[in-house]
This record gives sequence, C-alpha cells and structure tokens, in this order.
Amino acid sequence: MTVSRKPSKPEINPEKIKVILATDCGSTTSKARFFKKLGNEYRFVASGEAPTTVEAPFEDVTLGVRNAVREVEELTGHKMLAPHGIITPSKGEKEGVDLYVTTSSAGGGLQMMVAGVVKTMTAESAERAALGAGAIVMDLMAVNDGRRPYQKIERIRHLRPDMILMAGGTDGGNVTHVVETAELIDAAKPKPRLGIDFELPIVFAGNKEARTPVEEILDEAYALKVVDNIRPVLEFENTDPARNVIHELFMEHVMSHAPGYDKLMKWTPIPIMPTPAGEGKMFQTIAKTYNTNVIGVGLGGATTNVYSMYEDKFVRTVSANLGMSYSICNVLKEAGTKNIVRWVPFDIEEADLRNRLYNKMIRPTTIPQTVEDLVVEHAVAREALRLGFEHHKLLARPLRGVQRRRTIADIFEQEAFEETYIDMLYVDWLAGTGGLLSHAPRRAQSALMLIDGFQPEGVTNLAQDSVFMMPHLGVLSTVHPKAAIEIFEKDCLVRIGVCIAPRGVGKEGEVMKVVVYMPDNSVKEEQVNFGGIKRIPLEEGEKAEVEIFPFRRGDVGRGPGKRSKVVVEGGVVGIILDARGRPLVLPDDDKERKQKLTEWSKTLDAYPERLYEM
Amino acid sequence: MSSQAYTPGLKRKASTIVRKTRILPIPGDVLVKKEDIVKADTIVARTFVPGDVQVINLAGLLGIDLWETSQYMLKKEGEAVEKEEPMAMVKSFFGLFKRYAFAPVSGTIERVSDITGQVLIRESQIPLEVDAYIRGKVVETLPSEGAIIETPAAFIQGIFGVGGERKGELMMIADTPSEVLTAKEIGPKCKGRILVGGSLVTNDALQKAVKVGIKGVVVGGIDDQDLTNFLGYKIGVAITGQEDIPLTLIITEGFGEMAMSEKTFSLLKEFDGMPASINGTTQIRAGVMRPEIIVPRPELTTKEPGDLEEKKEFLEQGLLPGTPIRIIREPYFGALGVVSELPVPLKKIETESDVRVLEAELEDGRQVIIPRANVEIIEE
Repeated sequence: MTVSRKPSKPEINPEKIKVILATDCGSTTSKARFFKKLGNEYRFVASGEAPTTVEAPFEDVTLGVRNAVREVEELTGHKMLAPHGIITPSKGEKEGVDLYVTTSSAGGGLQMMVAGVVKTMTAESAERAALGAGAIVMDLMAVNDGRRPYQKIERIRHLRPDMILMAGGTDGGNVTHVVETAELIDAAKPKPRLGIDFELPIVFAGNKEARTPVEEILDEAYALKVVDNIRPVLEFENTDPARNVIHELFMEHVMSHAPGYDKLMKWTPIPIMPTPAGEGKMFQTIAKTYNTNVIGVGLGGATTNVYSMYEDKFVRTVSANLGMSYSICNVLKEAGTKNIVRWVPFDIEEADLRNRLYNKMIRPTTIPQTVEDLVVEHAVAREALRLGFEHHKLLARPLRGVQRRRTIADIFEQEAFEETYIDMLYVDWLAGTGGLLSHAPRRAQSALMLIDGFQPEGVTNLAQDSVFMMPHLGVLSTVHPKAAIEIFEKDCLVRIGVCIAPRGVGKEGEVMKVVVYMPDNSVKEEQVNFGGIKRIPLEEGEKAEVEIFPFRRGDVGRGPGKRSKVVVEGGVVGIILDARGRPLVLPDDDKERKQKLTEWSKTLDAYPERLYEM
Repeated sequence: MSSQAYTPGLKRKASTIVRKTRILPIPGDVLVKKEDIVKADTIVARTFVPGDVQVINLAGLLGIDLWETSQYMLKKEGEAVEKEEPMAMVKSFFGLFKRYAFAPVSGTIERVSDITGQVLIRESQIPLEVDAYIRGKVVETLPSEGAIIETPAAFIQGIFGVGGERKGELMMIADTPSEVLTAKEIGPKCKGRILVGGSLVTNDALQKAVKVGIKGVVVGGIDDQDLTNFLGYKIGVAITGQEDIPLTLIITEGFGEMAMSEKTFSLLKEFDGMPASINGTTQIRAGVMRPEIIVPRPELTTKEPGDLEEKKEFLEQGLLPGTPIRIIREPYFGALGVVSELPVPLKKIETESDVRVLEAELEDGRQVIIPRANVEIIEE
C-alpha cells in the first residue's frame, strides 16, 4: 500500500461552511469535535472519543475515528458517517458536514533524526526546526557529539526514523564536515520505520556550497529535498523553509504509509497536520491575540509538548517520553519516586505508588475512578510538567556561536548567558491542553498542576483548553481562521484565573497583602502568610484592579518588596494569591508537607472532601 | 452499533488456529515450501545484512590534502581488501620513502572521499535467519520474505513481558493461582522448561531460574522493584522484547502480587508438560502487542478463522449486556463480572468526572458502576 499525495489547500468558501467536524488521532485516543454555525457565530457542539486503532489487530486508523464520530452522532442525533467516510456536504439540519479536518500523532507521530556540524550551533538550530514542525527528535548528531563514527552509524541503523533533517555550516563555510555527515548517513543505510519499500526522506538545510556533494551521495537512494540553509550566517536562524518541507514530506511519505491513512486522507480535503503543529498554532494565536509572552503545554499520553512565544520567538520542545499513560513510568524514572510522592497529601507506600503507575503503563486507556487514584495521577502530572519545562528551557536560549562584544562584567555573567532567555516574571500567560488537564474534574486542579509544575512568577494569567480541541482548531485555522478564532475564544479557551506569585523567598510570619478594587466598586483587602495560598473569587469576564504588597524579598515585577498595581481578569477559579515563594520548596517534614498540601488544595477547593478524610 | 471505549481483552483459548508470519526484515532466500511440516527451530528464511562500516581518516593518517585522497589509494571503490593489507600509499623523496595505510578490517572499499579525506570499508555481510517459532505447517510462502506457519494451538496472552521468543516445555510449579513462586520451588529438573507460577515471582526465584537455565517464567504479577533488579534498569515505556536477558518473563495480570486469572491458570495446567513457544514482546502504543504463550496442538484438525481476524470481529461486536468483563483498575481491580447495562448519557463518578460508564454485576453479586475505559472483555 503506497499512496502518495501532495498536500494542497483546496479552495474553501467560508460562507458555505455551516457544519464542521474535526478529529485528532492521538497516540491513545481519537477525539472527534463537532462545530456548528449558530446564528452568526461558530460554536462547539459535542465531542466523542474512542481508542486509536492504528496498530494490530485493527491496523486502520479510520476505525477509531469512526468510533469517536459515532459517539458524537449518538449524542447529537446528527448523522455524519457513511460507508465511504464522512458525509459531505451537509444535507438539511441533521445530516453531513461541510468541512472535515484532522490532525494526527498516532503511531508515535513524526519521528525524526537531526544532524548538524556543531552541537550547540547548527545541530541545535536543526533540532528547533524539527521540533517546531511537530516532530519527536529521536537523536541529534553532530561532529562534536563525542561519539565515534561507527557508533553514529550503528545508532542511525538502529533508529529507523521517519525522516532525517541535515543541517551544517553557514553559507560559504564548512563543507567537509557536512559531507562527512552525509557519508555517515549513507553508510548506515537507514531503513524507514513504516515499510521497507519506500525511500527515506532526507531534508538538507545546510551550507549551500555543500549541496552538490551531498546530492551526489544521497540523491539516488533517498528522497532528498534541499532547502535554504537553516543557519545562513551565525547570527540568524532560518527554520521556516525546513519546517515547511518537513510538513510536506510528513504527508507525502510518512502519513501515507501509516495503516489506514490512505483512507483517512481521502476523507478530508485538507492536509493532515501533526497534532503538536495544530496545538502550537493555537498557542501562537493566544500570543498574537493578547500581544504577550505565552508558555503553553500539551500534556499527552505519550509526550509532553512545551511551547513558548517569548518576545516574538516561538520555540516548541517535545519530551518524547514524558506522558501520562504510555510514558507514565518514564516520568517516574526521570523524576524519581520521592519527587512524585512529595505531591501526595496522604500516606502511600512508595512500592504501592510504583506498582499503580506500572499498571497504568500496561493499561494506558484506563482512567482514575477514585479520588486517591486521581491525586496520584495529578502528582505525576506536576513532575511531567516540571521536567518538560526544564527540557524546554535548554532549547529556548540565545543563538550560540554569535560573536558578542563583551566587557569584563560579561565574563562574570557567562553562566547567565548560557541559560534560557525565558524570565517567568515576564510570562503573562500560562496555558495547558491535553487529556489530563482538560478532563480534570475541577479547574482548580489544573490551576494547581500548572502552578506547581511551571512555578509562574509575578502576575500570570492561567488558561486551559476546555475539552481538548486546540489541535482541531489549529488545523481548522489553516482553512477557516474565522471559525477557529470564534470557537477558540468562546468554547475552547477557559480562563482559570490569574496567579499572583512573588519571586523570592520570605520568612515565617511575613505576609503578602493585596487590595482588590472589585468590579462592583467594593474594595477587598486580603493578606496571606508566606508559605500560604489564598483565593479571591473574580468571575470570568470581570476585571479588577489589584494593588500588590509582596513580602520583603518578594518581587512581582517591580523589584523585591516593591508595591505593584495591575488590572487582572477573572476566571473560573479567580485570583490565586500564591505566597509560597519561588522557587517553591515543600517542607522536608512528612507531616508538615501533607498538612501544607491539604491546606493549599482546601483553600482552592480543588478536590472533593473525601480526600481530606484519608 | 454503540461506540466502543474499552480496552480489548486478553485472549485465552484452549483451541484456535494460530498463524505466524515469519519474515525477514530485508529480502532473502526462503528455505521452506508450502505444506512443509516444520519444527519450532526450523530455519524458514535466510538473508545477509550489510556488514559494519569502518571509517578511516586516510588524509589525516597519511598527512595528505583531503582532495588528494583518491590519488593515493591502492584499492579502488568496490574492491575487496583484507585486514592489514595496504590500501593506500604515499611516496616521498623521489620515491625513496613509502608510507602505507593498512586496512584495519577485511571488507570492501565502499567510499573514498576527496572532500572529507575519509575511506569507508564495509565489513562482510552478516547472516540473518528466521526460524518457524512454532511447530506447524507452512501454509504460504512469501517470495524473498519468509513463510506463514499455521497450527491448531492453545493461545494465551499475558499483559506484559520482557525477553523475546523462546521454546520449551511448560511446567506447572504452582498448585493454585495465588501461590508465590520463590527460589525453593526451582530445581535442576526445571532446566530448559517454561515455568508457570501463581500470583508473584520473587527476585530470588528469578535469580535461581537464570542459574538453573530456565527458558521462561509465566506468572500473575511481579513487584516493579524486582523487575528493575532483574533487568538492571528501570522500564520507562512498555516497549519490550529486545532485552538481553537469559529467560523470557511473562506476567498475566499486572504489577504487584496478583493471583493469576482462573481461566489462564487452568488452561496452562491443562497443557502441563507440552512443548510451547513464548514471546515476551510487549508494545503498548495505540493498539497493542501483548506477550504470548502458544502450545501447538497438532492433534486438532478443526478449522477456525485466523487469530487476528477473529479477534477483530469479536471486538467489533463490543460491549453488550451479558458480555463477560474483567475490571482493570482500582477500586475493583481484578474483579470479574457481567455487563448489566450500558447507559448512553455520561455519568459522574467518585472523582467527579463525567464519563461513559457501564453497570455490571460482579461474581460476588455486587452491582457496580465502572467507567467503560476500566474494563476488558473476557474472550471465551
């Protein structure tokens, strides 16, 4: 089965689109979302979910899609499925859809290997381009990565990537090392993951002087695409051409070989987009809409994707093995049992916790039925978010290799230069999506997970995807931006509230005080002790002016101990005063730790009362 | 048909037709014919994979310019070279002095690069064979790829395993499904066998099993820490089968002490002493590959539909009132029951989530409400 189709955007007349169906074939679950034009605006109507069916015994992704769509049909009475696929266009009020779009990360998504010359320069740029295109980077190879040539060859052979991105050298710069990498790849004769009968796509985005020798080596046996250099000069990173061609090849070579995708591709007139690319588009929408710095996270079953739009720089990272179902034990492995247990407010044996997580790993589609189980999963989520963000910060950093004019003072600040450019004090939005966050029974649970995982500082808006539809809207936005934005603002983006958290650590007995000028003209004065949390209700859509008096060494943007005045917008939870300090440190004493965790979640009314009886 | 949100169940069958496609990863020669009767260790196909590559920095070695590399080669691309044979030579001082570069391995010169100054030698091909894995009949040959082997057999899936394909006689060690398999139950008579225990295998038992030369262990549960000790590392994602370990371990229920399901236990007991083929390979990714125990039963002749087709049909029927199920998550983990109702509207559960549920009657008579995602169908 080899179907190849070039992605192309068909002519869509937005005026004629009244009924829209969007699906996402996730690694665990296929999710259908149903949208309709009600009056003058597009709104979300219903959702359906079913296990993804990309592997044996089904080996046909459309079965899972059908099951998810069937659930929507049952809930709405709107018929959409026909033997040939999706009924288009709509006929009358209760049959068919005018537009069907889909994203996919089933079967492991897009798995790539990237290579460059210098690890922290061209290879890092190549990694950013691949990640930005929605790929999982299986390995990063560079001339100076410390491995011997034969070790690299063995590794390439073993990996079986879906695609390789090769960068290296500035234009007119190094040719030898670039060609050396091409020779290594050819010597390894890598086999693509899906099917041995198709040519492995290789994207070359390196020194233009090296194009001819690279073509001579790779053109015959591989589907080689040459694009503009990702790093034409050291001071400039140009990831777009590589990113675009990766999307093209994803459809043309990878998707068309995955089981059932030949059918799925015929169901939709719009190119199938990798799930993270759809997600990323919507986080970028938040940044554009509010003209602000945004950190977004997609916490999935297999991976954790972190996106940052910080001072016009967009970076996406994927932690390929940090997830809440298939990869839950990898979070356990990376974080360690103790780091997970520290978030659990009741007694739990470490061995018991580990066995529970292993059982989740082998039966990944099960869901917590008891509050106890829910809290354990939320503890793991905090660690997955924390580790995912740490990983992200390694790539969200200034371009390496750029010559800078330096002074004596810079020498002492060398370390700071190596660090991320993301300063949490200047991140205005923190937003989350993914099954676990979207399905958290109370929004306060998501708020706590996001705050504990990312530790926002200063004044940060918190938001989440209501029922996990950001990827769906991301792909929809490529053909019908109006519908995507309307649904996004009205039904997708849930404002959880705003977190006010001073950077720095206070002393026992110190307080943070706020004066809130409420929309009804009342004035509320609240204070919270260092180490505590407080909630001030402020409804979604309401605005209030808040005067903040942090504790002595606490900084909310104006410097330690300095007063600050901001206008904030409310949300489902409201204003969260987080005076626990940054970095957030949990008490060492077990009893005290549990007391604190209980106090925090009680204050935010995060969990059912049953939790506190355990 | 109602939508299906549940985990497909594990297969436990006393008799079914098992069909195994045995193919090479790259084209090669098929060594069997249709209708051949094969043993589990009969080689059905063979090929050669490209050998390892040695990269030699020739320009550096001889102190020449990169662009001159091919000029000094004594062997050209495509030519064979023996270990320690001169492959390049540089003359200096009017030919008075000669410097050689010797091949570090035997192989073929694959590439001489005037851009990088490197020479690549490809070592000899490595043979790669595929055996039949199960005793049975060749029902189809796949030219250049391999063959399909079929046999009537008992077929049992586990939930998780480590270690690849292995063959041996089944040997019951436990009398009941709740017995713990410890080192003292294992002796020299177990050598070469596949041991079947009860609810748990201990770390000591695994160490002893390795010492005695046991091929495989099938058991209800294992403590995660014991698995880590056995493998020497922690498992992060459930993609297994490639471990370099001396025996294959299959767990049938999950992590922790878990009595083996009655059905699995009694089936394995029925085939005590018979030759079996097992594979611990597990891949839990959108659809699953579970570990398996196959006991060929050539005495059976009943024609049944092929394994996977049948499973697919069965699963497409999905959950119906009366479907036997097993609960696979707390608070009723392991309990058996029968679906009594499948309400369409979402229902609030203890966590306050609104989810699709089913009502079930458990074996002990309790009526319970469970998320559909937390049950598996028992295939009889």
